Amino acid sequence: MAASMRLLVRRAVRLSHRNITLTAAGAAARSGCCRGPSVCRCFSDEAEDRSTHFGFETVSETEKAKRVYKVFENVAQKYDIMNDAMSLGIHRVWKDALLHVMHPQPGAQLLDVAGGTGDIAFRFLEYIRSQEERQKRRAARSSQTPSWQDISNNYSTEDESRESRAVVCDINKEMLKVGKQKADSLGVSAGLSWVVGDAEELPFDDDQFDIYTIAFGIRNVTHIDQALQEALRVLKPGGRFMCLEFSKVNNPILSSIYDAYSFQMIPVIGEVIAGDWKSYQYLVESIRKFPNQEEFKGMIEDAGFYCVKYYNLTGGVVALHSGFKL
Amino acid sequence: MWLRIQRLNQQRFVLTAKVCVHQLHTSSTEPASSSYNGLYPGHIHTTPIQKALLAVGSGVAALRDPYRHDMVAVLGEATGHFALINLRDRMKNDPEGYTILTERPRIRLSTIDVAKMASLPEGSFGREYVRFLEDNHVTPDSRADVKFVDDEELAYVMLRYREVHDLMHTLLGMPTNMLGEVAVKWFEAAQTGLPMCAFGAALGPLRLNASRLQTLVTSLGPWALRNGLRARFVLNIFYERRWEQSLEDLRQELNIEPPPVILSAAKKMST
Repeated sequence: MAASMRLLVRRAVRLSHRNITLTAAGAAARSGCCRGPSVCRCFSDEAEDRSTHFGFETVSETEKAKRVYKVFENVAQKYDIMNDAMSLGIHRVWKDALLHVMHPQPGAQLLDVAGGTGDIAFRFLEYIRSQEERQKRRAARSSQTPSWQDISNNYSTEDESRESRAVVCDINKEMLKVGKQKADSLGVSAGLSWVVGDAEELPFDDDQFDIYTIAFGIRNVTHIDQALQEALRVLKPGGRFMCLEFSKVNNPILSSIYDAYSFQMIPVIGEVIAGDWKSYQYLVESIRKFPNQEEFKGMIEDAGFYCVKYYNLTGGVVALHSGFKL
Repeated sequence: MWLRIQRLNQQRFVLTAKVCVHQLHTSSTEPASSSYNGLYPGHIHTTPIQKALLAVGSGVAALRDPYRHDMVAVLGEATGHFALINLRDRMKNDPEGYTILTERPRIRLSTIDVAKMASLPEGSFGREYVRFLEDNHVTPDSRADVKFVDDEELAYVMLRYREVHDLMHTLLGMPTNMLGEVAVKWFEAAQTGLPMCAFGAALGPLRLNASRLQTLVTSLGPWALRNGLRARFVLNIFYERRWEQSLEDLRQELNIEPPPVILSAAKKMST
């Protein structure tokens, strides 16, 4: 209950901050205004009049949230097939890379925001399982001749180890539905939960999770800075924030090939496979509107994370950002 | 900078109907829900490369699953440009067709009075059309919107063709199962010359079993082709004003023979 009160207070503070012209010194202000020409913001008294980008269009902020919801409602059924078709299967490599950098240990608590169809959560549980097996094998190998002291210790520590848990949180019920169906067909259920929630206002208490991930979701959030602050809030001290997102390709040749592929092919693939050109048009446009690697790193640091770094995957098509709450 | 490019986009679309070379981020701007950048509501601008890709992709998708009407529609739009010009000109040169082009009637549940048509006498065109809709569990509202035709009038011609398709079924007495659809496609291919019809007419028979294929090749197919070539142009008929006309009378007027084989309605699980 205290958490929800704190949430309300924080929202009131944030709203009042927005009404003040952002000349205030300090890192918190920077994330709001200095994103430069890529976001057009007209500051006024009402939040609804503020405009933002929806792909290459300019829409009001409430409109953007609604339209993003609609996009993912439409594509949910074909989301995984489209991912494979559009990225030629490479999205699996990206997600595996996220898990390898994450290197979670048994007992870790994961929150996967915008987790939708559950790709990250399934990989997380799989990774933990293989880690646990490896640990057991190592323990078995090293304790071939245990002393009576070791044996009694093993019996007592059995129930103390925490089970790893993955919580998939998404604002879109259709995506969660598809994720749950996938989980049922894969037979995965232990340690997995599905929660409807908004990345800008997570339905969790403070200091809950060891790892927070958001894979290919944060560019759809209307207020990225709020999502980052929420991430900071729900992470335990020492917790890690990890974000996989499409980013800027620096190599000019690769960039022109990537642009041609994105704008010529991807909406066509969307129309043929999912019957929905416009959603995939939005997708490729929203990638172009998202800040580049360095800018996003700055935003993460502004939110209060430390040791922020990023890794470029596939020449910068995708960037993996990571930061710690200390 | 992004805003300037967006404004340039809008000016560009006003000035040019067909765009051949694009800066990549202006190549297909999506229309908003309330206002639209395209030439008509639902219009999505596409480059020739995209049209080619769409044609190939939708063709493959339609072959794999013939019940994907949206893919058949997209194939028609991506390949039909020249045929549509020809159809539009034929409509313009006919008085009734010209009326249709100016008045732009739509066949949707909101524009046709199904209850009234159902109460018309047996054998009238309207009554038979309603019977066709009921027997085959279809509705005139399930047609896909036109998206990729880059001319507003041609888009209407395509839409009219699509909406008149069910009336073709009624006129020819063909149900909506695979055999009936292929027969109608042969008729339409002969009438309109749309590449999508030719494609469907040529590849549709591949999905028929042996006995149906035989029916098609021996009686239905030749009948459909013959009538397609000799019948009056079907897009030049203002059907909405002829619901009371008897079906036989309309067939005679259009120079269409009744079907040689009576096919029963499809028992379809999905429409």
